[in-house]
Amino acid sequence: MSILVNKDTRVVFQGITGESGALHARACMAYGTNVVAGVTPGRGGQTFDSKVPVAMGPQAAPNPGTLQVPIYNTVAESVKLAGADTSCIFVPPPGAADAIVEAVDAGCKLVICITEGIPVLDMVKVRRYLEGKSARLVGPNCPGVITPGECKIGIMPGHIHKKGHIGVLSKSGTLTYEAVGQLSALGIGQSTCVGIGGDPVAGLDFIDVLELFNNDPDTHGVIMIGEIGGGAEQKAAAWIKANMKKPVAALIAGRAAPEGKRMGHAGAIISGGKGTAAEKIEALEAAGITVAPTPAAMGETLRSLLG
Amino acid sequence: MKIHEYQAKQIFARYGVPVPKGEVAFTVAEVGPIAERLIAETKIPVTVVKAQIHAGGRGKGGGVKVAKGGPEAATALAEQILGMQLVTKQTGPAGQKVRRLYIEQGLDIARELYLALLVDRDCRRIAIIASTEGGMDIEEVAHSTPEKIVTLHIDPVIGLAGYQARQLAYALGVGGKETLKAFTKTLDALYRCFLAEDCSMLEINPLVVTGQNEIVALDGKVTFDDNAEFRHPEWEKLRDIEEEDPVELEAKRAGLSYVSLDGDIGCLVNGAGLAMGTMDIIQHYGGSPANFLDVGGGATQEQVTTAFRMILRSDKVKGIFVNIFGGIMRCDVVAAGVVAATKELGLKVPLVVRLEGTNVEEGKKILNESGLAIQAANSMGEGAQMIVAAVRLQTGETPVAPGKAS
Repeated sequence: MSILVNKDTRVVFQGITGESGALHARACMAYGTNVVAGVTPGRGGQTFDSKVPVAMGPQAAPNPGTLQVPIYNTVAESVKLAGADTSCIFVPPPGAADAIVEAVDAGCKLVICITEGIPVLDMVKVRRYLEGKSARLVGPNCPGVITPGECKIGIMPGHIHKKGHIGVLSKSGTLTYEAVGQLSALGIGQSTCVGIGGDPVAGLDFIDVLELFNNDPDTHGVIMIGEIGGGAEQKAAAWIKANMKKPVAALIAGRAAPEGKRMGHAGAIISGGKGTAAEKIEALEAAGITVAPTPAAMGETLRSLLG
Repeated sequence: MKIHEYQAKQIFARYGVPVPKGEVAFTVAEVGPIAERLIAETKIPVTVVKAQIHAGGRGKGGGVKVAKGGPEAATALAEQILGMQLVTKQTGPAGQKVRRLYIEQGLDIARELYLALLVDRDCRRIAIIASTEGGMDIEEVAHSTPEKIVTLHIDPVIGLAGYQARQLAYALGVGGKETLKAFTKTLDALYRCFLAEDCSMLEINPLVVTGQNEIVALDGKVTFDDNAEFRHPEWEKLRDIEEEDPVELEAKRAGLSYVSLDGDIGCLVNGAGLAMGTMDIIQHYGGSPANFLDVGGGATQEQVTTAFRMILRSDKVKGIFVNIFGGIMRCDVVAAGVVAATKELGLKVPLVVRLEGTNVEEGKKILNESGLAIQAANSMGEGAQMIVAAVRLQTGETPVAPGKAS
């Protein structure tokens, strides 16, 4: 098992004809993700060609090795006609919040938004819209979700992953790759890796994903990567202490960050002395969670907990 | 993006938020006539001379002064303040040069309140934070007397509800007949302003109640959400580039994310998290990062060249650490950019490069064939130790035990 995505996940790419959307849709198809459709308003009726050999997928490929998927004008059509159940969004910031709402409204149960740079007030509205709905949002401003060997949805390099039993959960894309690279080098595989993104207002938070990992029999331990800004890591620490049945190794990025400066991610800022790395590390350690001393030691730290 | 107090007040006024009369001055010569006009218009003999810099805490630093002796007094104060290096708790010890003044009418102040709107990331709502303790450092109030802080959250579907505004008015002691309507109207205007202008923070400290029971925004601090820039072309005119770090500005124009720091090890990294992690690991091994630099996921060779040029040009940089885990970012693109910038400007300091991920072999080949004195690292930890050791060798500093530096 795994969480959120697996070999049966049927993916539609919103913004599939854009430069990034096309590039990553092809990389996901090459990995073996079951991409069933693309959406670009005004391009309905055309087809999207994987151009590269695909590893698997139930649809018969007219050309050996490559795959063509239909492009629709709306997500609703992709759900109805192609059976999409999960959306991956590559729509630029001005239309990204609308794209999320469209996917949820069309019935996608999981929406993964890669787009970076969505105005925070747009996301406040999106979060309000999601209240009381069963659809889950991952991101925005995130690398996506991957269940190694089954399904890759997003921009992460697939080849560094290895199938296994460790869940990885992170606000940062490249630090996730760093953690995965270290685990794979140690021979430790991953169940699912989830990038929740670095924006101040986003979809699933640490606790939502920890809960999924906790209930997944195939996940035996978790690496959680946080950073300066906000209080999500502190809340997660308390939740882990009260509920988590599996070992958790953590990292907080930004020990060396100054106050009042936005460190790349919109949410990575220490304001009014709150949201410092020291404060977060203290909360995690007080909850009995082992914090890696450096970003280079995430894999080793997790291994030391596996016994 | 931050703007000046006078700009914030001009925006407030458009939404119907009462602000004192005032005018901006760029030279001392403008101050006398402005003060004269304000005194004539308001019949109040007092004016206030306020330094316009983006940092808070101006009053305590000597950047806000009251002129009771007419236009001459205002001019004398302007001479003191304009051009001064204003040091506040937010500017750092170097301070910020005062290049603009705001000359404002004096007011008969009965009470000072605190009011702020911001995005509360934990509740995912706009929050209004208010206190009866205006004019003070609000973080201090929150720390010592948290019961004096009132917070309410706004449902984006409903907007600011009438009852919420009234509730806040009663909590702040402005629920009387004379002030209730003025306060709720002001609050509603500020909420509309926050939404329409895409603010991430809007703070008025103090919001005053005058002797005539008027509600007036005596200060105004606004930060815009940088992500919303695409729908606000007017922001470009509000930007004061003299308040921004020139290197950070150059980086922004090149589509890079850069923050200047105090140390001496330049960093070039892909991804914000890894860039922060790289700073952390340098510090862990006893070094000190000179910058945060995220070239992003899909940087071109030109962007990498620009980024590396910025690091090479800095006098404080005694060593450089390039740390790349290529996902979308290809290692060969990074390597080519680094080589191009180095060939142009020369390399006078040690350079450690760690490449991992997409096209790593091609990247390493480009570096090897460049003939440059590059030390290759096999991991992030190894690279950090190598650059810290190389810089120490140069500066002759005594080593600090790992993990002790902070």
